[in-house]
Amino acid sequence: MLQDVKETPLPILQVRNLEVSFGAVPVLHQVSFDVQKGERVAIVGQSGSGKSTTVAAILRLLPGLGQISRGEILLDGLDLADATERQLRTVRGRRIGLVPQDPMSNLNPSMKVGAQIADTLWGAGMRNRAEIKARAVELMAEAGIPDAERRYGQFPHEFSGGMRQRMLIAIALAGEPELLIADEPTSALDVTVQRQILNHLQTLVDARGTSLLFITHDLGLAADRCDRIIVMADGRIVEVGTPAEILLNPQEEYTKALVAAAPSLSPEPPSTSTSTGAPAAVVPDTSSKAVPILVVKDLVKEFKLRGQRGGIVRAVDGVSFAVERGTTTAVVGESGSGKTTLARIILGLESQTSGETLIKGQSLSASGSAERRALRRMVQPVFQNPYGSLDPTYSIERLIDEPLRIFGVGTKESRQRRVAELLDNVALPRSIAQRRPNELSGGQRQRVAIARALALDPELIICDEAVSALDVLVQDAVLTLLGDLQDNLGLTYLFITHDLAVVRQIAHNVVVMKSGRIIENGGVDQVFLAPQADYTKELLGAIPGAAFAR
Amino acid sequence: MIRYIGTKLWQSALTLVLASLVVFIGVRQLPGDPALAMAGEDASPEVLAAVRTQLGLDQPLVNQYLTFVGNILRGDFGNSTRTGTPVVDLIGTTLPVTMWLSVYAIVVAIVVGVAFGVIAERFRGRWPEWITNGFALVGLSVPNFWLGILAILYLAVTLGWFPASGYVDVLTDPVRGIYYLTLPAMILGTALAAVIMRQTRASMIETMNTDYVRTARAKGLGRGRVLVKYGLRNSLIVVITIVGLQLGGLISGAVVTERIFALPGFGKLTLDAVFTRDYPVIQAVVLVITVSYILINLAVDVLYSVANPRIRVGGSN
Repeated sequence: MLQDVKETPLPILQVRNLEVSFGAVPVLHQVSFDVQKGERVAIVGQSGSGKSTTVAAILRLLPGLGQISRGEILLDGLDLADATERQLRTVRGRRIGLVPQDPMSNLNPSMKVGAQIADTLWGAGMRNRAEIKARAVELMAEAGIPDAERRYGQFPHEFSGGMRQRMLIAIALAGEPELLIADEPTSALDVTVQRQILNHLQTLVDARGTSLLFITHDLGLAADRCDRIIVMADGRIVEVGTPAEILLNPQEEYTKALVAAAPSLSPEPPSTSTSTGAPAAVVPDTSSKAVPILVVKDLVKEFKLRGQRGGIVRAVDGVSFAVERGTTTAVVGESGSGKTTLARIILGLESQTSGETLIKGQSLSASGSAERRALRRMVQPVFQNPYGSLDPTYSIERLIDEPLRIFGVGTKESRQRRVAELLDNVALPRSIAQRRPNELSGGQRQRVAIARALALDPELIICDEAVSALDVLVQDAVLTLLGDLQDNLGLTYLFITHDLAVVRQIAHNVVVMKSGRIIENGGVDQVFLAPQADYTKELLGAIPGAAFAR
Repeated sequence: MIRYIGTKLWQSALTLVLASLVVFIGVRQLPGDPALAMAGEDASPEVLAAVRTQLGLDQPLVNQYLTFVGNILRGDFGNSTRTGTPVVDLIGTTLPVTMWLSVYAIVVAIVVGVAFGVIAERFRGRWPEWITNGFALVGLSVPNFWLGILAILYLAVTLGWFPASGYVDVLTDPVRGIYYLTLPAMILGTALAAVIMRQTRASMIETMNTDYVRTARAKGLGRGRVLVKYGLRNSLIVVITIVGLQLGGLISGAVVTERIFALPGFGKLTLDAVFTRDYPVIQAVVLVITVSYILINLAVDVLYSVANPRIRVGGSN
């Protein structure tokens, strides 16, 4: 018997035919998988695939009406699906640690961070206060928090997102668990921070021999970080395999679609890509070649710092670039790089401190109000959050014809026709016009936002993280739509994003920003294949899944 | 933190000056002549003039105001026009009664309100919640004079558990003092307890569904610890704000409650003064109520910043 165990060690976690339902609605169907000791397993899926529900079921922390209707979750022989609350308490934190998704919402805002680690240590049985504090400081330092002794007594709001995530990692590891579940641990963070934190997490997990169950929507990330990938969709396991098997030789149709859509796995620049149309074909037409559609000159935006007299921060610091008609320029940067402020200035939502924005050679600030209105018509936005940018009380028709009403375009009938036409343009059924935003999916909403932006026949569209909130398959579809619209309508895009992988898929030119300045500016091939600045190299190196790029 | 309290103190001082102005002008705008009230209906013009000079009513308004403020700062609120007793003495004997009653009522309200609120959240949709919700409904909708009468009738007269009226100084005999105040404090605190209960329940429901509570449970903490340190602690931030806003109502509630239980408190003094147009007393009473209101709000602000570290540290935020 002992011999057997030695040859094929029992998996640390065995999930057998797990079924979970919310009320009468089943959400997980026949989910079975194992995690071996020291193994790193990724569960990859889009929102609604059931990956987070699986995690919640393992920890028996299903929200609301959620319950396990069938199946077993064996942790070293103990069936968690059937365990008492008392048994579960000895498992949570001590045998299974959880690194949750959003670092902003997972720390108790009214409790010092040190006390939040101390809590876990207390839960794991430590009672001596001095020992608890010493161990907590040690864990914080291990998780990569500088000056841990001092920061022990600080509150969560004094930490950046990355530091909070390090805290959560320290908390999860405090009980020395055998299995660590990381539920999208870095999806809310910038790529470079994401890479640092995941590297660190991996080091810690390897040093302890802890098994890792890694939940993510990012196939590239899963491939980089794990030994085995489980692909989930609609509450079922679709396919299981090694990263190489899944990415290079996927068997199931769904996995194939997912791999094809993952932007980080398709390094092909748009010049040869089929989805977005070749830039060579959209070379600016000769008539307007002389005047770029958008010119930004020495743009500066300063913000006064609150509470500090004379404190000023330069969000945009001397930025200059030009965008040719019919092309896509991506402005790339991490949070705080000033890219969103730049977009707001170009949209006229914010005024610059100095410098100039020229649209078709005309300055936004120098023009009279009638001219400015005319210029604004030419520039339309698509924002990041498709849930927040559509008024939930309006019908889709009302939302799309809003710009037409504002500018007093056409009659009621002509506006109705225009809305129908716009819905055709963004590949939404016309019947959707009378529905409300909350009846639509995220991707459909973003299509509505695009239709609204197109209503006034603009020439320049500013997409501020327009696809960041969407699942890969949906993201891919929206990017394709944007490419088609560019081909058909000759649109120009300024694409603000933190996601370099998306840039590769859609942009002709790239502007890399950091701390308000332009670090690098050039054609997409040049920036991706021969980056000049160290920061650009660092950003490119942080894109997950590069090893498996086709 | 010190800067925060400093700002609050400064704001309070400003409020106080404004309040004294309003009181001063308000009393002078009341119908009726205080000199006439003091000297009697059929006093001769000479006597009236003498009384006016004595009260300083012949001075310009600005001078009158400065004298008024100056006297207050020296602790001189004048004498009651009805009894001739210094107003300071009247306040000195009645204010403690009301303070004890209010503090007791607040304590009762917080203990009952928070406990019921937590119970209501914990047992959502089951019988304990129905009971607490019923209590909140009664507490909010039944006026407290009616509750007071019922309480006297059943708890004092029929069952004889509590005295129906009377007051024993809490400092000289704490046990009997508190015993005598229990029924009035319960009645006075009922409405506040109901508000606190509903607020606690609502914010507990929200807090217990947050990510950090789930994370706390994933750490392996027991239900009790999660409830208190993660749930209640964050819920109370909202509760404190609501309590602060409701305390003003407690003062007016005290007037009624004291009347029902025949307590020799501030409320009784106020009512008597208003009915007899005892202007010096009315002025003093309004000022004292204003000051207590300001102090209570200051205390709530400080408490709020203690409960919510995001306010405390930033200072400027």
